Amino acid sequence: MNGTALIHSIIDGILTGSVYALMATGLTLIFGVMNIINVAQGIFVILGAYLSYALSVHFGIDLFVGLAITIPTLFLVGIVVERVFLSRIKGPEKVVMSILVTYAISLVIEGILNMVFSVNYVELQAWYVDRSVRVFGYWLPYIYLLGFALAVVLLGALYFMLYRTRFGASVRASLADQTSAALVGINVKNVSTICFGIGIAVTAAGGMIYGATNAFNASSSYDLISRLLVIIVLGGMGSIGGALAAGVFMITVEDMVSVIWGPVWSSLTFFLILVIILSVRPQGIFGKLEARLA
Amino acid sequence: MTNLLKVEGVTRAFGGLQALSGCSLSVEKGSIAGLIGPNGSGKTTLFNVITGYVKPDAGTVTFDGRDITSARPSQVFTLGVGRTFQITRIFARITVLENMLVASQRQEGWLRGLTRSKSSTQEVAAAMEWLDFVGIARLASLQAGALSFGQRKLLELAYVLVADPDVILLDEPAGGVNLTLINEIAEKIRSLNKEGKTFLIVEHNMEFVMQICDAVTVMHQGVDLVSGTPEEIRNNPDVLDAYLGGPDDDDVDVAS
Amino acid sequence: MSRFKHGWWLLALAIFIAYPLVETNPAYTTIGIFTLIFMACATSWNMFSGYSGYVNLGSAVFYGSGAYTMALFANHLHMAGNGDLFWLVPLGGVVASIIAIPVGLVALRVRRHTFVVITIAIFFVFQLSAINFSFTGGTSGMQLPFIPWFITNYNVPFYYVALGIVVFAALLSAVVRRSRFGLQLLAIRDDEDRAAGLGVRVFAVKLTGFALSAFAVGMGGALYAMFIGQIYPQFVFDPIFDISIALMAIFGGLGTFIGPLLGALVLESTQQLLTLKYSNGSLYLIIFGGVFLIVILFMPQGVVVAIRDAWARRAARRDGRVTVGATVNPGATS
Repeated sequence: MNGTALIHSIIDGILTGSVYALMATGLTLIFGVMNIINVAQGIFVILGAYLSYALSVHFGIDLFVGLAITIPTLFLVGIVVERVFLSRIKGPEKVVMSILVTYAISLVIEGILNMVFSVNYVELQAWYVDRSVRVFGYWLPYIYLLGFALAVVLLGALYFMLYRTRFGASVRASLADQTSAALVGINVKNVSTICFGIGIAVTAAGGMIYGATNAFNASSSYDLISRLLVIIVLGGMGSIGGALAAGVFMITVEDMVSVIWGPVWSSLTFFLILVIILSVRPQGIFGKLEARLA
Repeated sequence: MTNLLKVEGVTRAFGGLQALSGCSLSVEKGSIAGLIGPNGSGKTTLFNVITGYVKPDAGTVTFDGRDITSARPSQVFTLGVGRTFQITRIFARITVLENMLVASQRQEGWLRGLTRSKSSTQEVAAAMEWLDFVGIARLASLQAGALSFGQRKLLELAYVLVADPDVILLDEPAGGVNLTLINEIAEKIRSLNKEGKTFLIVEHNMEFVMQICDAVTVMHQGVDLVSGTPEEIRNNPDVLDAYLGGPDDDDVDVAS
Repeated sequence: MSRFKHGWWLLALAIFIAYPLVETNPAYTTIGIFTLIFMACATSWNMFSGYSGYVNLGSAVFYGSGAYTMALFANHLHMAGNGDLFWLVPLGGVVASIIAIPVGLVALRVRRHTFVVITIAIFFVFQLSAINFSFTGGTSGMQLPFIPWFITNYNVPFYYVALGIVVFAALLSAVVRRSRFGLQLLAIRDDEDRAAGLGVRVFAVKLTGFALSAFAVGMGGALYAMFIGQIYPQFVFDPIFDISIALMAIFGGLGTFIGPLLGALVLESTQQLLTLKYSNGSLYLIIFGGVFLIVILFMPQGVVVAIRDAWARRAARRDGRVTVGATVNPGATS
């Protein structure tokens, strides 16, 4: 291990972490607005990756151009899933039920993907996937830089939507307090549906970058969802800023550990950090303490 | 007369919000004490501090000569301080009788809970007696979630009573209930008081407070403004100021 | 519980006891063993998560700990491949319960939905540790002493030990359900802060329930290891196991006594049969997920409660009475 390698790992961590941050933002947005923990987020990422794969292999469509198809497709899938399944979950155990319902959805999609694409690992291909460029003396894969740029653009768009539009104001109101939002005339039901759509749509972009940087099959979703969940818990569930910070932080730490102690320890450290931090701060690094009393 | 419950100089801030700033209060044994004040004056936070749900930044809480400032809610209850909540909280998915049984063992260790059955004959008898006292004994086998708002209030009172606490803290017992029930609740409080129970009551319904309380403390902006008999409070000009002139109308009682 | 009802339990037990005597095909007794292990685990899971509302999605931590206990002790004590290994099964339970204490100390400090996530994280800590450390044999796992029993009878002792674990788990669940402790768990499920304010030592109660529920799962894992003879970290620490247990319990009826037993019986045996007949895991995922979606969306209290409600309504119609909303309480059933 040397200093250069460590700095390199930090740069890599920030670049890839931003993509995780993007996917986690979708997850935390869904939780904040709807009180739903979407365990299917992982399989939606893989679905996005497979859609990009199918478009590029069968139709020769470039991965980034393909996003023009996959993002709207997943947005629609999200809307349908919300309307058909998630809007039916009610009652005192809503959060727990949402985990189970989205898990069941995840299993169904996993089964379908296994049948359609088989369980063999695939990787997305394009000229920029395995070429690197030298930036300030560090060799960085194009796909990392492009992924980072994509994440920044999409997060910027999300920011614009949330803070500069009327719809965004409704979303923020629902994030803060659903009951009050409903009282001031916001249609929380529609806001929920569209937020779920958006939360799923970002996985199309996340999935494409993930698929271009990792070999994957449908069961890669387990690893993904557990990482995303850890990120949003650390960020404080429902906090978008927290998800961004925690996403970049965790992936960077993981990359650093990988350089210092070796890759086998990096995943372990990733989960161990959550366990340690939560035993000191049960509300996560950036989260507020949950309201205890009414 | 001795002070059964004593709060001295309690301070507590939530983020930038000073909910309590040096609040003191004492409740005499065998009395019915009232606690009033505008919304956001810190009454519920004070209740939360006394019952161990919120740790104060400074100050002490003493019950029957023992320091309970840093005791946990279960310990405070075990020592003999029971409370109800502003928003009634019952166990919705177990029966009314089972709700009563949750509170029945005040001094039992947690391991004992494993080796004993859910209820003993005496406990059921005692529970039924208290349910009868508040008038909902016929609902004993119903799931508690099926109770009406008023019935929930009565159940909450009953399951606090079943453990035979020495002092009972009531957070707005008359809030949101109809006049008949208000009078009924006042009647229950009086008769329990005659049997030696001590009460501390937060209430917005002035008539209710003035009618049943022996002593009243007025809170304003996190401190105790004045204490005295209902008559003295009624005629105190500061109290009126506190209610009319206070800038803080938001309800910040909720610890979040 | 009436004497009549006890009779049904005894009948069910008799059928389970008779099964391997009637069905001697090892393929089917193997299905029986797996089904029993899952019945025990789902019941045990429900005893904590169903009663308290703290959904544990890391129960494979206990399963895997039990399995590794079996493998490590058998190897280090140089035990021979015979029935003596069964003595390590309860030890697997003990180790799982001991491990549950530090795990619970961390995980139970947080509120419910965070608890779900942290149990998943702790699960991965265990799985990745088993893969990375050398004393667990890493990715190649561990080999157990070979048991030279004749193929046609090999399954029978395993079957009865598994049945014993099921009886243990069911009795424990029933005792807890009828104890004051069980009532406290239900109170925690409904309103934890209120329970604390009524003298319930919520943390101690949760931790005890968590550790107790680990026991039968650990035994199940130990038995699995002995039965298969070879363990791999990704199979004994399996995320599918975590969720399967929860799904089985909820499919049958969360917080009910019979629900998890029935849920595991139906779902695990179906899965095993499908795998045996079609060896198509993907189709199973689709069917399993689909059925589960239907159950949870249309019978959120589980199949058992839904059937009982329907039964109660039918009986009421027959008697000409008016039903009062069919408020069957999932928690209060035994």
